[in-house]
Amino acid sequence: MTLAPLARWLRQNRGFAGALLLFAAIYLVYNLMHPRGFSAAVFVQNSNEAVALAFVAMAQTVPVLLGGLDLSVGAVMTLTNCIASELVSGSPAQILFGMVATLLAGTAFGLMNGLVVVYGRIQPIIATLATGAIAMGLALWIRPKPGGEVDGDLNWALTNTIWDFADTYGFDADSPWLAPFADLPVPILILLAIAVLVWVPFRRSVTGRTVYAVGSAEGAAYMSGLPIARAKIAAFTLGGFFAACGGLYLAIQTSSGNADIQQAGAYTLNSIAAVVLGGTSLLGGAGGAIGSLVGALILRVISFYFRILSIDPLLQPLIEGLVLLVAVSFGAIRTLRVRNKLDLFR
Amino acid sequence: MLARLSPEDRPIAIAALFILAILIAGTAYTLITSGTVPLLSPGYLLQQLQTGAFLGICAAGMMMVILLGHIDLSIPWTLSAAAMTATAVGGDLALPTALAVGLAVGLFNGFGVAYLRIPSMIFTLGVDTVLRGLMVAQTGGFAPQDRATPMMLFLAKEKILGIPVAIFVWAAVSVAISVILTRTAFGRSVYATGSREAAAYLSGIRTRRVIIGAFVTSGLCAALAGFLLTGYSAKAYQGMGNAFLLPAIAAVVLGGTHILGGRGRYAGTLVGVILIVLLNSVLSIMQMPEAGPQIIYGTVIIGMLLVYGRNARVTS
Amino acid sequence: MTEPIVEYRGISKYFAGIRALEKVDFACRPGTIHAILGENGAGKSTLIKIMAGVLVPDAGEMLLEGRTVSFASPDEATRNGIVCMFQELSLVPDLTVADNICISDPPRRFGLIDRRAQVRRAEALLARVRCEDIDPHALVRELPLSRRQMVEIAKALGRDPKVLILDEATSALTSRDVQTVYDLLADLKGRGVSSLFISHRMHEVEALCDTLSVFRNGQHIETFAKGAHSDTEIVRLMIGRDVEAQFPPKPQPKALDPILTVKGLRWENRLNGVDVSIGRGEIVGLGGLDGQGQKELLLALFGVLRGVSGSVEVAGKRGIPSSPYAAKSGSTRIALVPEDRKTEGLMLGMPIADNLLAAAFDRVSRGPVIDSGLASRAVAEALAKLQVRIGAPTDAVMTLSGGNQQKVVIAKWLMVDPDIILLNDPTRGIDVGTKQEIYRLMRSLADDGKAILFYSSDYAELIGCSDRVYVLYDGRVVSELEGDAMTEEGIVAASLNIDVEAA
Repeated sequence: MTLAPLARWLRQNRGFAGALLLFAAIYLVYNLMHPRGFSAAVFVQNSNEAVALAFVAMAQTVPVLLGGLDLSVGAVMTLTNCIASELVSGSPAQILFGMVATLLAGTAFGLMNGLVVVYGRIQPIIATLATGAIAMGLALWIRPKPGGEVDGDLNWALTNTIWDFADTYGFDADSPWLAPFADLPVPILILLAIAVLVWVPFRRSVTGRTVYAVGSAEGAAYMSGLPIARAKIAAFTLGGFFAACGGLYLAIQTSSGNADIQQAGAYTLNSIAAVVLGGTSLLGGAGGAIGSLVGALILRVISFYFRILSIDPLLQPLIEGLVLLVAVSFGAIRTLRVRNKLDLFR
Repeated sequence: MLARLSPEDRPIAIAALFILAILIAGTAYTLITSGTVPLLSPGYLLQQLQTGAFLGICAAGMMMVILLGHIDLSIPWTLSAAAMTATAVGGDLALPTALAVGLAVGLFNGFGVAYLRIPSMIFTLGVDTVLRGLMVAQTGGFAPQDRATPMMLFLAKEKILGIPVAIFVWAAVSVAISVILTRTAFGRSVYATGSREAAAYLSGIRTRRVIIGAFVTSGLCAALAGFLLTGYSAKAYQGMGNAFLLPAIAAVVLGGTHILGGRGRYAGTLVGVILIVLLNSVLSIMQMPEAGPQIIYGTVIIGMLLVYGRNARVTS
Repeated sequence: MTEPIVEYRGISKYFAGIRALEKVDFACRPGTIHAILGENGAGKSTLIKIMAGVLVPDAGEMLLEGRTVSFASPDEATRNGIVCMFQELSLVPDLTVADNICISDPPRRFGLIDRRAQVRRAEALLARVRCEDIDPHALVRELPLSRRQMVEIAKALGRDPKVLILDEATSALTSRDVQTVYDLLADLKGRGVSSLFISHRMHEVEALCDTLSVFRNGQHIETFAKGAHSDTEIVRLMIGRDVEAQFPPKPQPKALDPILTVKGLRWENRLNGVDVSIGRGEIVGLGGLDGQGQKELLLALFGVLRGVSGSVEVAGKRGIPSSPYAAKSGSTRIALVPEDRKTEGLMLGMPIADNLLAAAFDRVSRGPVIDSGLASRAVAEALAKLQVRIGAPTDAVMTLSGGNQQKVVIAKWLMVDPDIILLNDPTRGIDVGTKQEIYRLMRSLADDGKAILFYSSDYAELIGCSDRVYVLYDGRVVSELEGDAMTEEGIVAASLNIDVEAA
């Protein structure tokens, strides 16, 4: 085994590798500086704060890979958050039904986005701007005031460590085979499980590959006989599903739903930032949801720093903005390398 | 009848018909429920237009950018930053200060989009966040002066000949923008660049300057809107611009300006703004819970775009 | 004689009223390598695009193995065994080589793409085209053009073609790869596959093909076995004798004062030391095969390219313009009529008047404001001068025919009163009548003392219009022809690198 495949992977995934490295570095330093660094408690708290944004960032990734943009992800997350706050309680069967219904609702909303974009022939930006308003309206209709109820056991089990999860549901939490994993936070495992079980297969399906091909060169995709309409619809649908995962988790984590327009907008904007940080090109065709997941983690870790460094909270938004601006400015390097100025306009 | 109109005029005509429909539906509603017709009273309409002026001025700037096929997401905090800085400086320098903030933001946005060629969607988003950060950092520690100056109050609240001054300001901006778009080399270059940047560039149009000019216009308009809004609400505050971004984009697009650039008339944006303002006011008269307006809002935008789209297909 | 595998019966295709193909009957038989010859614009690419399902013919029918077929998409054509390699590559740059090779029907396990099987298949196909050096894991965008073309060939092979269409497939290949492709085609021929081969290189056609078909002006002229006609005869068939355009008379050659002198111009690997000089009142043609640096030369002189080296002297002043704006607004003004009028020459959705004024806003403005009287006078003058046939100046320019669109592009530049006019294939896709108007216009501009440098893919046009012709090959001027030396045979021979005199 040589190092060649690794070198090639690095070359082809510079953005993602950079994001991963950046995340590893800043999270390591964070833990070193934290008085209770490397403890289960810190991991649990951190992952709880990161999961919803990570899901929304993954949701944004799929339309971006197509060369589009989904301005409704934050709103869909909020909508599903409110649905979950109504449904995820009661008997185990009811809870399960509530979770499935929440995910289906978000997926259906994504499907609607896809149909509007493909058959209505409306630009994704403007179409999702409008459907986002509809999603927000539905969320407000379901939950005019913040609140709701989510099963307490579920809340506890999913927002703590594996040990707590096993303990809550009456498994043998102290069994020896569980011991190596006992301190891992459940939320991050849920996130990784969904990424591996949903995103990875999608990327390796013909539809998923078509999403990449359309974003990279739609003409070549057509010439190669790929299912373009199906891929576009699937991309928005999958985005809806990921957003619903985020909404469901937020409901379980906070035990409530909140149809907050500002918060929805902030999630949408941060999702775009996370996508860019994670190495996905806004022009489409290159990148992936795992990168965006890392991008979301980076954004969150930056905010963790504010706490331990006791940076004036007033400076936080400024630093967040500067990080985003500097990160996207790396895109300018391509511009400087162009030799034929007509290529700039393509 | 609609089919005979030029593609540029058709969305404007449809939007105008829709305004009529809103007025009729709203009046029917008030007649049935309370037997009054507030929507048709000039005083009420003028008041609506007065509040519409802030949105209208933002949309005018946004239109310049959208005509290029770009977008300016930094409007909310450009507006707030201009207003907050202006009140902090105060006095006679308030207006120049606000406009200077708008100019600086516009130049910076234009630089990033035209020279670095970073997608405007993400660059202006970053600028918006930085502006928010600057404002939070500047005003958080101590409370600078945030009261509206007399000039702000005059421009936003006073009336001349029974008509709110804000409407005059909006009208002046509208005249300026439509003269720029139709009568100046810069305006025609905006259309040319938005229509086909490569062809405009090869025609010897300095497309980078055009892009910067459009973002500067957008920044200046947002700053002016912030200046007026401060007068209207008597003070400047964080987040005062948040409610303007999406309606401004919606107004421009509903007025028939193509989101990918190159096509659209200022009259359309004007009609789009009035449509949105009236839609909002009718929905508030109906006293719907907050959910209703959102859903109707989104449905109207999608519905109207589907109507425009179908017409376009028939003619092409 | 075997049954034809693909047969055209009376196929016609028009673009905006201009014929691309007219009543073409054509057949190609299994187990042949069939060369399609013709000048640029003869209808070759329309012919193959119809076969490949990209275009639908306006009239006539196509038969595949005796059955009438009509393909709605490239996908359908591929599934019927017709595989096409287009000049503009159909590879997706952000996917890997293996992904691209297997893109239309990847090997799957449990419904998902089996990446290992895919790599194995890609490796096998790459081995068949002797490109084991290409890493199937590499992204296509990382490969140089010549390697991409080989990937394209491997991709085409992987689809098990009955008919393989190669459109300029060898234009960027190294000589070793060209040999590989030759061997491959010979192998496919043995298996009964029919290959359609489009190339401008006569020696390739000689070496490879057994059947030749000549197209001219959208019509099928003749199909014959190799050896039935000499090179000279083939060239004559391609050029034709019946469609010669009327060109305005040329003035007597006289000593001219040079306005543009270019020495040793280099850019990337497309311009390799170009020397050109043009005088006032002179029309100079650029000849040669497509893609030998002619377009880059024009773009470089207009300030579009970065990193150009060499010396350029415009009316005694040294220096290359830094941008199109600088080129059009110096004391010696340069204009460029670009290659693709639809994307580079015109803002199609905008009114005719705006397109005309786009380069000359400052000439019709007082301060920042456009003087509408001045503007409409200028527009009317321009339209009258070029006899552009339009409804109203406010109509969108896309409502015009191709010829009138091109006139708008030229008229736009005449508004700035340029001293040097660069034209990139100005008569492509234009009807004969408008062509002649453009020729007369060029001559009258030259008579007014303007210098004209133009590239044309039409040899007859180069000869008819130019006072002198530079023939470019591989980014260099290989031949300068003047006066009686400018013959069609001479230019064609210089471009194709064959020796007509000896044949």
